[in-house]
Amino acid sequence: MEPLENGVLDGNAIGGLMLEVFGTEMTAAVSTCGGCGAISQVAELAVYLPGLGTVVRCRHCDRVLMVFVRARGVTCVDLWGLASLA
Amino acid sequence: MAGTAVRGRLTWQTATVGSVVSETARVRTLSLSVPDWAGHRAGQHVDVRLTAEDGYQAERAYSIASAPGEPLSITVERLDDGEVSPYLTDEARAGDQMEVRGPIGGYFVWDALDGGPLLLLAGGSGIVPLRSMLRHRERLGSTVPVRLLYSSRSWADVIYRSELDQPSDGVAVIHTLTRQQPPGWTGYARRVDQRMISEVAWPVDAGPGAGPGAGPLAYACGPTSFVETVASALVAFGYQTRRIRTERFGASGQ
Repeated sequence: MEPLENGVLDGNAIGGLMLEVFGTEMTAAVSTCGGCGAISQVAELAVYLPGLGTVVRCRHCDRVLMVFVRARGVTCVDLWGLASLA
Repeated sequence: MAGTAVRGRLTWQTATVGSVVSETARVRTLSLSVPDWAGHRAGQHVDVRLTAEDGYQAERAYSIASAPGEPLSITVERLDDGEVSPYLTDEARAGDQMEVRGPIGGYFVWDALDGGPLLLLAGGSGIVPLRSMLRHRERLGSTVPVRLLYSSRSWADVIYRSELDQPSDGVAVIHTLTRQQPPGWTGYARRVDQRMISEVAWPVDAGPGAGPGAGPLAYACGPTSFVETVASALVAFGYQTRRIRTERFGASGQ
């Protein structure tokens, strides 16, 4: 697992956002990277907040796993980079 | 996996500020009254949302400082360029209202059933969720042995100092002061490193039992650089990654 650069957050920081989107606590959920197959708890993923949306990356291969973009009260969720989330 | 669009659910609640306590020159603890607060677990956080007169909203996550069963309180460090923390540390008064969402988190939490021994590692305001765990342990009458390694810039920056000066039985508090030390200081005076971890951490085989859930359990919280240093030092010391739980605050406030 690659160390995170200073300033980068982890999946704990999007617990509220994911609670809003999924309706349940997700930081302890288990994700599988659709690229390298790495299995991580959401809390361990790399989270980049600045910018238009929230980008979540794999700690092993840096693949983009999830993107959240909010506009006018609607949150758009892209989970394309994940193989699974449970 | 595909994506979707989700309408925001009504998860925000109105919180009213009760007491305000200064912990250090830059840090305050605010008690928050939230009607029908469902209670929380040790280590969880809440999101706080402020709305300006023009409708602009800013939200940030703050760790819960109180133990489960105690009234909700958060401890906030002032970030000079922050959008939310300067209001909370400088302006918020008893009776003021804000929105909160939570409690949040199911990973960086400690329940008595998780056992130990516990190794708690705090950088700066990373102490806050660990303090909730310490209070939880005390309220439960738990005898799980605890070592807390707490890194601060100076003695004046130590949050919850009087409380940590009188730890419960079975709790050892080890400070390191990275920038400035009081006269006669004999403790650590540098950033946490591999040698400090090897001197302070429970041995890998400490504690009862064997198997996947056995051995010391570590919680590290603070600026990202602090957590990365601590986590990799613990792995090098022999800790299993599944027994190391981490929460990163991003850049340090300084």
